[in-house]
Amino acid sequence: MNVFDIQELNLWYGKFQALKDVSLTAADAEITALIGPSGCGKSTLLKTLNRMNDLTPDCRITGSVRLRGQDVYADLPVNELRRRVGMVFQKPNPFPMSVYDNIAFGPRTHGVKSRLALDETVEKSLRSAAIWDEVKDRLRKSALGLSGGQQQRLCIARALAVTPEVLLLDEPTSALDPISTGKIEELLLTLKKNYCIIIVTHNMQQATRISDKTAFFLLGEMVEYDNTEKIFSLPRDKRTEDYVTGRFG
Amino acid sequence: MRAVFFLTALVSVLAVLLISLFLLVNGLPALAKIGPLEFLLGREWSPSDVPPLFGILPMIAGSFYVTATALAVGAPIGLLAAVFLARVCPPALYRLLKPGVNLLAGIPSVVYGYFGMAVLVPHLRGSILSAGILLGVMILPTMTTLAESALRSVPESYYEGSLALGAGHYRSVFRVLIPAARSGMLAAVVLGVGRAVGETMAVIMVAGNQPRLPHSIFQGVRTMTANIVIEMGYAAELHREALIATGVVLFVFILLINLCFSALNRGNT
Repeated sequence: MNVFDIQELNLWYGKFQALKDVSLTAADAEITALIGPSGCGKSTLLKTLNRMNDLTPDCRITGSVRLRGQDVYADLPVNELRRRVGMVFQKPNPFPMSVYDNIAFGPRTHGVKSRLALDETVEKSLRSAAIWDEVKDRLRKSALGLSGGQQQRLCIARALAVTPEVLLLDEPTSALDPISTGKIEELLLTLKKNYCIIIVTHNMQQATRISDKTAFFLLGEMVEYDNTEKIFSLPRDKRTEDYVTGRFG
Repeated sequence: MRAVFFLTALVSVLAVLLISLFLLVNGLPALAKIGPLEFLLGREWSPSDVPPLFGILPMIAGSFYVTATALAVGAPIGLLAAVFLARVCPPALYRLLKPGVNLLAGIPSVVYGYFGMAVLVPHLRGSILSAGILLGVMILPTMTTLAESALRSVPESYYEGSLALGAGHYRSVFRVLIPAARSGMLAAVVLGVGRAVGETMAVIMVAGNQPRLPHSIFQGVRTMTANIVIEMGYAAELHREALIATGVVLFVFILLINLCFSALNRGNT
């Protein structure tokens, strides 16, 4: 079932058109990868889905983005949208507070006060992000003392703590070493059973390893969108073929 | 060329050393003669009595009360103003407010004092409250500027991370950014305290300057700085030395405050 339904989306930063007529759907229990060279609009598209683009001045949008049928720019309060659509950033950004408070921040934001419920959510989220065993003895210590890979899994746990339906990941492993990257990929494959996952990646092996669908972007245009296997073995468009075979980008 | 730079850098260090030396050489003998405990804890300051009494506890208390009042008035306003400047106010307004804050820092303290005499003293008389309110305003630019830069140095990624979890603007600012800037904002307050303790002219003009232990904030007090300025003109011998010793005590307080400040700044990085 389609979770996100994007239709004829155009986006301008001032006079610069960053997205041109993009139509795309993303389904539950699937990982959708957005690939393309830098500046092609894939991160911009991601930020449109949870309205982080609101922070960019002069950002103008036409077309529709629907989350289970609701227009994210009209029908949903933005904080509710962002609760339902979690985001993990390129650089791990745990807050400078304890591991526990990092995870509890989201639930507390949305009104959970009971200590018991918070404890439960913290443990569950950390377990889902496969980092519980590594941090269970240091829940009260600063999250900044964790390694980069652990921090990124902590950020995933933090996003999971507000029970989202979608996870947006913006090059989540580009700042990590191969072993941490492997752990995150493994984690995403487990998580996809329960979430709709959309990931921006520069790493084409990563896209082939974990994604079900892949969309290739070039200069703000979505050139091709199909099953990942198809995109990487039998692309319809010459530009896609050039990119996935490494002839440019 | 290197020697020139070295010398210029040396000047300020040398000045500090010379000032410390001067204070200690001239102030410590008096401290010994009067007795450190009698000096620091004595409740009577009557230099013209026979024998004279040199107890500066009233002045220490005066500096303390005035500074505390200034902090109670200035810290909330200064810190919230910093939050407003750093995270709330639209750029157009910022271009108007920021120079305003800077201008406040440039007003000579005697002008503040005059303002206090004209506006505060008629209602509150020369009192701790008058001096506290006036000083509270005077330390605003120091605190606001420092706290603002502490807030601006918090990585934007914390703010984005908080928004992405569905937190609103104010919750993100107050629950994520301010805690992250905590030590820098505290350092801003400490530096404000330093300014308040050291301020002289404006305080003399509105504090009443009675050298006695006050019982309420509506009473006048004399601060350590005021004590030195008011009496230095005619003091001689032990009286003069006792005033310089007051300067030593003040110097030690300022030193402690600055130590706090640099400790907090270290904690920030």
